[in-house]
Amino acid sequence: MQTQSVKLHTVKKTAPSFVSTRNACKLCAPLGASLVFRGIEGCVPLIHGSQGCATYIRRYVISHFKEPIDIASSNFSEATAIFGGADNLRIALDNLTRQYRPAAIGIASTCLSETIGDDVRSYIEQYKAANKGVEIPALIYASTPSYRGTHMDGYHEAVRATVISLAAGGPRSRRLNIVPGFLSAADLRHIKEILDDFHFSYTMLPDYSETLDGESWSDYQKLSPGGTPVASIRSMGQSVATIQLGGSLASMDTAASYLQETFGVKAVTLGIPIGIGETDRFFGALEEMSGRAMPDKYKKERGRLVDAYIDGHKVVSGKRAVIYGEADFVASMASFLDEIGIVPALCATGASIKKFKEIVSSGLSEGHKDIIIRDDADFEDMLEICRSIGVDIIIGNSKGYYLAKNLSIPLVRAGFPIHDRIGGQRILHVGYAGTQQLFDRIVNALIEHKQSSSAIGYSYI
Amino acid sequence: MSTNSNIAQDDTAVAQEVRELILKKYPAKVARKRAKQIIVNQIEDNDQAPEIMANTRTIPGILTMRGCAYAGCKGVVLGPTRDILQITHGPIGCGFYSWLTRRNQTRPKTADGTNFMPYAMSTDMQEEEIIFGGEKKLKKAIEEAISLFHPKAIGIFSTCPVGLIGDDVHAVAREMEEKYPEVNIFGFSCEGYKGVSQSAGHHIANNKVFSKVVGQIEQHVEGEYRFNILGEYNIGGDAFEIERIIERCGMTLHSTFSGNSEYEEFASAHTVDLNVVMCHRSINYMADMMEKRYGIPWFKISFIGAEATAKSLRKIAAYFGAPELMEKVEKVIAEEIYHVEAVRQEVKARCEGKTAMLFVGGSRAHHYQDLFTEIGMKTVSAGYEFAHRDDYEGRKVIPNIVVDADTRNIEELTVEADPTRYRPRKTAGELQQLEQREHMGFNEYLGMMAEMKSGDLIIDDLNHHEAEVLMEKYKPDIFCAGIKEKYVIQKGGVPLKQLHSYDYSGPYAGFRGAINFYREIDRMVNSNVFRFIKAPWQKNPELSGSYAWNR
Ligand code: SF4
Ligand code: SF4
Repeated sequence: MQTQSVKLHTVKKTAPSFVSTRNACKLCAPLGASLVFRGIEGCVPLIHGSQGCATYIRRYVISHFKEPIDIASSNFSEATAIFGGADNLRIALDNLTRQYRPAAIGIASTCLSETIGDDVRSYIEQYKAANKGVEIPALIYASTPSYRGTHMDGYHEAVRATVISLAAGGPRSRRLNIVPGFLSAADLRHIKEILDDFHFSYTMLPDYSETLDGESWSDYQKLSPGGTPVASIRSMGQSVATIQLGGSLASMDTAASYLQETFGVKAVTLGIPIGIGETDRFFGALEEMSGRAMPDKYKKERGRLVDAYIDGHKVVSGKRAVIYGEADFVASMASFLDEIGIVPALCATGASIKKFKEIVSSGLSEGHKDIIIRDDADFEDMLEICRSIGVDIIIGNSKGYYLAKNLSIPLVRAGFPIHDRIGGQRILHVGYAGTQQLFDRIVNALIEHKQSSSAIGYSYI
Repeated sequence: MSTNSNIAQDDTAVAQEVRELILKKYPAKVARKRAKQIIVNQIEDNDQAPEIMANTRTIPGILTMRGCAYAGCKGVVLGPTRDILQITHGPIGCGFYSWLTRRNQTRPKTADGTNFMPYAMSTDMQEEEIIFGGEKKLKKAIEEAISLFHPKAIGIFSTCPVGLIGDDVHAVAREMEEKYPEVNIFGFSCEGYKGVSQSAGHHIANNKVFSKVVGQIEQHVEGEYRFNILGEYNIGGDAFEIERIIERCGMTLHSTFSGNSEYEEFASAHTVDLNVVMCHRSINYMADMMEKRYGIPWFKISFIGAEATAKSLRKIAAYFGAPELMEKVEKVIAEEIYHVEAVRQEVKARCEGKTAMLFVGGSRAHHYQDLFTEIGMKTVSAGYEFAHRDDYEGRKVIPNIVVDADTRNIEELTVEADPTRYRPRKTAGELQQLEQREHMGFNEYLGMMAEMKSGDLIIDDLNHHEAEVLMEKYKPDIFCAGIKEKYVIQKGGVPLKQLHSYDYSGPYAGFRGAINFYREIDRMVNSNVFRFIKAPWQKNPELSGSYAWNR
């Protein structure tokens, strides 16, 4: 590694800054909340607002996961928008309870219900009071106006709201809580596998690894099976610690910070384990907490990964990448790229996050000059910046195809949403195994690009 | 005949049983309402279908297929046109989700022709705008759009919060137009809570395009037999196939609302001699208004299905009435059908007798039945997502439709004959003669039910519970709907064909489209993959899955 001094800066006036958002790099808050709610066993998400939001969000989530997902709506009409949504919410809760017999209903607000100042919390209290003595589903409410945050904010808010509504204290158990953040279904399965191999008993919230990547059914299922059981969530206040993945969470009000403040459950914030450095830190924390050494299986995975880095380094070294997506995903991805010798030339997120530059740069080795780190960026901003700084490869979700087409460089698909390929939910990003897959795909994309742009037709590279 | 009526009786009995099963699960109030929306078809000699309730609000908490007015306005009607720059005024989600997801295609006339479709612009409202108003930001966005692209026209699409915080998009549009007179700027009050589905958005879009765009330009492309197609949205390249056929026939397609279209075609659309309507639901308003103001007659056609395509071409040719045109059309049909027939027979051999269900849109659930019929497949149940009674029972019921609060909120324009540009294309006598001789069906749509069999089950605004019962009882060979339904149906072992996005294939319109569709359905209903669903150890039926709540 080089050891020049760090010189990070956000781009000055490479692109004029626009008031409008052109080809956005963020989704809206109730989408994130809905994913969390579908990661709870027997929970139906209910979006409180007009039906369009629920329909759009369902369609979007389905196009990525290629799985059924029921998201209900409280179906505002013009009159509801004026007089408030109390009745609509009540009717929706009744109908959902009757149809699904759900363990829980996760309510997320919309821009519309927030704009009119609908007091969902008190509606819920009224509903509970009206149903005294009757068994009703657990009700969780996340306030998710999209004019205040992105799908990631909605996600974290829903996890926090779930824990606040359900978790209780009690005798300290030896369990671990893990809040994995917005990862793929394959990632969640892999993290569970790792925790199992360390013999932890744990609660992962949310866990949509089965609900949003399930088997075919031999019998009809009202709600896809799987998810974090409500009973386990209730006991999260008794656990010894909560691991939350995502560096930006350290300074936020999250589920983990709530559990720490309220029940004394220690909050541990780690980066998303992508790349050897972050994954080492992740395993290190698990070793420390479990008092066990890393199982051999993972040592071997790590060894193979290092070996692959060596085999592939000549292809990647010095290449320049643009990466975009959720802040913590970008931060971990940047540190991984840095590790393998790719310059993360442009790191962008659509969200407005003051600390974004700090979060990303903290994971980078010293010595990179001219890395551009931009929050509140859209794909038009990115395109303009890429044109002026020059990049070789794009890493991120399907929306980056816009960049790939304009710049004629390869796109390695990762993150969410992936709706122009099959298997977005099965992309493994985390751990040594996930890093291995990312590394292979990145190297191969660069080779393929070189191969197909050569006139000679080498098949032996 | 007697076997036919026996079949109808059997079908009716099955349909009635399914209907009862569905309704049984509902509490009384919901059941009362759904009972009016779930109808066993009964067609008597006068083609009169039974009454169905449609275009009413979905019950909160019941999973619907429907979207919102914004989706109908921006996504459906205006989405497929390439050079009207669209700005979503609202928070980011609505604009993001409607970005290129309808898979409309377009083909600018020149290599560097304008195409804004891959571009999604939004004011991305933040809390500050929700509190203090978003007009300032909207104006800035319009100026940015103009300085970036110099578009001929800009459309502003309002999402839910806009109306409530008191932003006046029409005033902003007027003000900006004064400042930039070379750009036609117009706003749509298509907040998602208006109406009961995307249908409200269609109407809002029709009104504005009619009043602010149509009639703006007098000059037009010259050509013989000039007409517009209304209600064709170029999913999967349908418009390209339709254009190909019309060109072969020597007619001039002036503009399509709105597949593969551009601003100037809309703006001069009033200069043609005929409008033909494909999707009646989304665009009948436009057809009516253009007739009233400019004197352009309209009738319903369909380019879905080889036979329907041939029939529609013949109708259009008959309207223009030139013998050489009619001859040309016959020649084209004969040549095209020749290719279609070979594939049709081959596919029919493998699909004959299989069953289909269609729950989609406001016209597709009707049109696509023709394609299934052509390969010997039967439609046993169908319904629309956002249609009105006239799309089920025919336009003759329009005077009897009860106007509820949701519908009353959508403006109904009063249109009068244009003092200088109203020009009847045919005399009353000519129209009458055409009607009698050729059964043109001016200003008419018979609706889906009239063309379905007695005993078919018709369901408006189908929901999950109902789909589940249909699957169980009918065990259809294919289910047609959209992406939201796709995976739940397929998990149950039945292939689902998306008729919104075509599963990213197509075209399915016209003659070549019919061939594509036959082959696609053949692939799907005869696919091997579904037989793996039951694993060898699952032959024992006792081992059934349990539901999420009783584990
Ligand atoms: S209104 Fe808000 S919650 Fe609804 S789709 Fe738009 S951004 Fe998302
Ligand atoms: S219902 Fe309203 S807020 Fe939701 S997507 Fe439609 S316009 Fe946007």
